[in-house]
Amino acid sequence: MAEAILRTEGLTKRFGGLVAVSDVSLDLHVGEVHVVIGPNGAGKSTLTNLLSGDLPPSAGRVVLEGRDIAGLSSDQISRMGVGRSYQKTNIFLPFTVFENARLASQSRTPHATRVFSRAEGYAEINARAHAALEAAGLGHRAERVAATLSHGEQRQLEIAMCLATQPRVLLLDEPLAGMGPHESQRMVELIKKLTADHAIMLIEHDMDAVFAVAHRLTVMVNGEVLESGTPEQVRASPAVQAAYLGGEEMLHG
Amino acid sequence: MNHGALSRWLPWVVVGLFALFPLLESTFYTQLVTKVLIMAIFAMSLDLLVGYTGLVSFGHAAYFGLAGYALALMGPKYEAASLWWTLPASLGICVVFALVTGLLVLRTRGIYFIMVTLAFAQMLFFIFHDTKLGGGSDGIYIYAKPTMNLGETVLVNLEKLDQFYWLVLAFTAASFFLLRRILGSSFGRTLVGIKVNEHRMRALGFPVFRYQLASFALAGALGGLAGYLAAVQFGFVNPEILSWHQSGMVLMMVILGGMGTLHGAVLGAFAFVLLQEVLSNQAWFGVAAKHWQLAMGILIMLVALYLPQGLAGLMNSFRRKPQVEAEEGADG
Repeated sequence: MAEAILRTEGLTKRFGGLVAVSDVSLDLHVGEVHVVIGPNGAGKSTLTNLLSGDLPPSAGRVVLEGRDIAGLSSDQISRMGVGRSYQKTNIFLPFTVFENARLASQSRTPHATRVFSRAEGYAEINARAHAALEAAGLGHRAERVAATLSHGEQRQLEIAMCLATQPRVLLLDEPLAGMGPHESQRMVELIKKLTADHAIMLIEHDMDAVFAVAHRLTVMVNGEVLESGTPEQVRASPAVQAAYLGGEEMLHG
Repeated sequence: MNHGALSRWLPWVVVGLFALFPLLESTFYTQLVTKVLIMAIFAMSLDLLVGYTGLVSFGHAAYFGLAGYALALMGPKYEAASLWWTLPASLGICVVFALVTGLLVLRTRGIYFIMVTLAFAQMLFFIFHDTKLGGGSDGIYIYAKPTMNLGETVLVNLEKLDQFYWLVLAFTAASFFLLRRILGSSFGRTLVGIKVNEHRMRALGFPVFRYQLASFALAGALGGLAGYLAAVQFGFVNPEILSWHQSGMVLMMVILGGMGTLHGAVLGAFAFVLLQEVLSNQAWFGVAAKHWQLAMGILIMLVALYLPQGLAGLMNSFRRKPQVEAEEGADG
């Protein structure tokens, strides 16, 4: 197995007396989707926040291509090639869909900080923004104001903005939340397509989607890793079956 | 005429019309409009922070006053100083003050940002009010206006009302076009992005703090430009120009005109200064003129309640209607 592009070692986050994430070690590889599942409050979103720099860890390491990035700010981590989408839609509502993607794309071309040339004048930035919108299935919505999009489309824009920053590691926090079946299907196809040249960590509740894309599966309960392995291993694990007492159908693919 | 062409040509037309104003040869009105134009620069500089970067500063008078005092203290006492070095030096001092205080205040947000910017401005106020540095509470006179000479030739004579007026108009127009250009650039878009959703900008990889600091410094420099010109016009500086009343006044201009639009800031400055002139006119309002601030306060409240987009928003609502009808007509 090739070296992990991103891995965590003993990652821990405490909020006062509460241990939200406890001693979590996992790794992400390019070409793989690593799905993290678990009940609400298991610490999945906190884990994402630790990896993206939205929160500093209390202990442990986050190693990106051999370099410890734990405690760096989210903008630094983003510029190093880690992109994330948010569980709660986090976009620029008053801007057009294109401007949302263009801003994301602009963050990858530092010379665009030139202050006297028009923002739309950079072909490379525009092309990247359009490509990201097309990939997320929003090409036809480019001129719409983001606030007027449907909930599902806003979720797609969330992903498009992430893609426009051309990350190598993608942290997707419940991208399917609130999407209709058709949109969900397209998102699953998109994730599959992105797998080839990205390392993806996916947090998801939709088990059909989980088993459709997962190469590895980690189950978290109360901030701890309960089980981690291939989907088959996890499905067969007695510990997981015990934890999801009576929830066996949840793990039927 | 479509909207794009209108916004491209209208400012030039307005500048052209204003350039003709001194030909009316009214000393009173030329001085009044000069004051309004200076306030327009001041309001635009604050709008860059409040309306475009999402930083509500309640200490913007610091830059206005600092540049005025810089001119008063740097020049020789009874002779004229040269504008060529006193203006850049005054603005430089403002930029340094903005960068140093910005490093601290930009770590706070919301109400704390308002309080800390106010605190820094008040600090300057008391430095000039309670020490002999700038003549204490009486302030200092600037006996001779700065010179703008090229070798032996007088390029602009600032003692002459109309020449000073044109110079101020040129600076106002330059500030407007400069800011418009900057706000249309990637840098400007980044600022607005920070205003709308700072958290997401950070997640997208933007070093938000650096952009805010740059915006803070630019706003400080332009605020200083307004303060420098005001000091030249009135020929003296006193601690009042640094006071929180002054910071509040320019904030009211921005709110009155409509936050987040440059022409709104200009309109707000006009409306405020002209309203002040009208409401404090004893011939018209008698005893009530003494309490013009009461009437002004009520007006500002009404604007905040009924015109959240300010005067600029009011203008847009007049302009949009016929356009929508035209588009519908074309569809049908």
